Amino acid sequence: MTFELVCFYFFAAVATAAALAVISVKNPVVAALCLVLTFFSVACLWLLAQAEFLAIALVLVYVGAVMVLFLFVVMMLDIDLVPLREGFIRFLPVGVVVAAVMLVQMLMLIGVRAMQVAPGADPAAAAGLSNIEWLGRTLFTEFLLPFEVAALILTVGLIAAVPLTLRRRSGLKTQKPGEQVRVQREDRIRLIKMDAVKRPESTP
Amino acid sequence: MITLAHFLAFGAVLFCIAVAGIFVNRKNIIVLLMCIELMLLAVNTNFVAFSRYLGDPVGQVFVFFILTVAAAEAAIGLAILVVLFRNRATIDVTDIDRLKG
Repeated sequence: MTFELVCFYFFAAVATAAALAVISVKNPVVAALCLVLTFFSVACLWLLAQAEFLAIALVLVYVGAVMVLFLFVVMMLDIDLVPLREGFIRFLPVGVVVAAVMLVQMLMLIGVRAMQVAPGADPAAAAGLSNIEWLGRTLFTEFLLPFEVAALILTVGLIAAVPLTLRRRSGLKTQKPGEQVRVQREDRIRLIKMDAVKRPESTP
Repeated sequence: MITLAHFLAFGAVLFCIAVAGIFVNRKNIIVLLMCIELMLLAVNTNFVAFSRYLGDPVGQVFVFFILTVAAAEAAIGLAILVVLFRNRATIDVTDIDRLKG
């Protein structure tokens, strides 16, 4: 049993335990934090598979952005937790049975041939490149168009999230630049023609 | 020696945990979203393992795209969730039945 294998079992055990905690704890904040632990352990597993760039990207994108967003939303919403938990016990046997059957099926499928697949040399190192260079050459040659489309998807997501959550409140005294630009002289100034009269002296 | 089967078995375990989570947390939409993220993570683990053991960078490129789309999906999903909570004051999936007709 090599050191790598010990590390693999440790990270896999932590990730599995944290994933079980995600689906079973009562408090969504704790669930989100356990999900952070799962992502971090899986990032370590990806490091063991020599996928350094993706491991770092997982930590940055998921732990750094998506999970913070989750935590933010969970803490912002004032949720009554009790009614959300009902049905947990009732559906627990069904869920466990379905998951167990699926797991057995998948493991049977995996066990037949994958056990013989030993790791060769690291393909990136065999090509004399670092992982990020190996990945980047493929990404920016064969997959340049999908890369640009991914950028477009992110932009669309960003722009779509803004009007979704934008709230217009009435009664706010804010500037309206459109009306400010459109205003004419006649809207603001009224010239009145009147005769000059002398104010009567008030005598004390 | 870590074989391909180790990674695939781990991915299968993670995926099944996520499926069980969808079954038992049928009401809490936030935990449902988290379970979807777990499923994507399991699939990504499979992609990374195959990429490593077949020596093909395309698997890792695909994981990169999945991460991108999942980030956009989480942002939009949570935005919809916030709007939903603002309008209905609940995140219970069984209460969201206005489209039933």
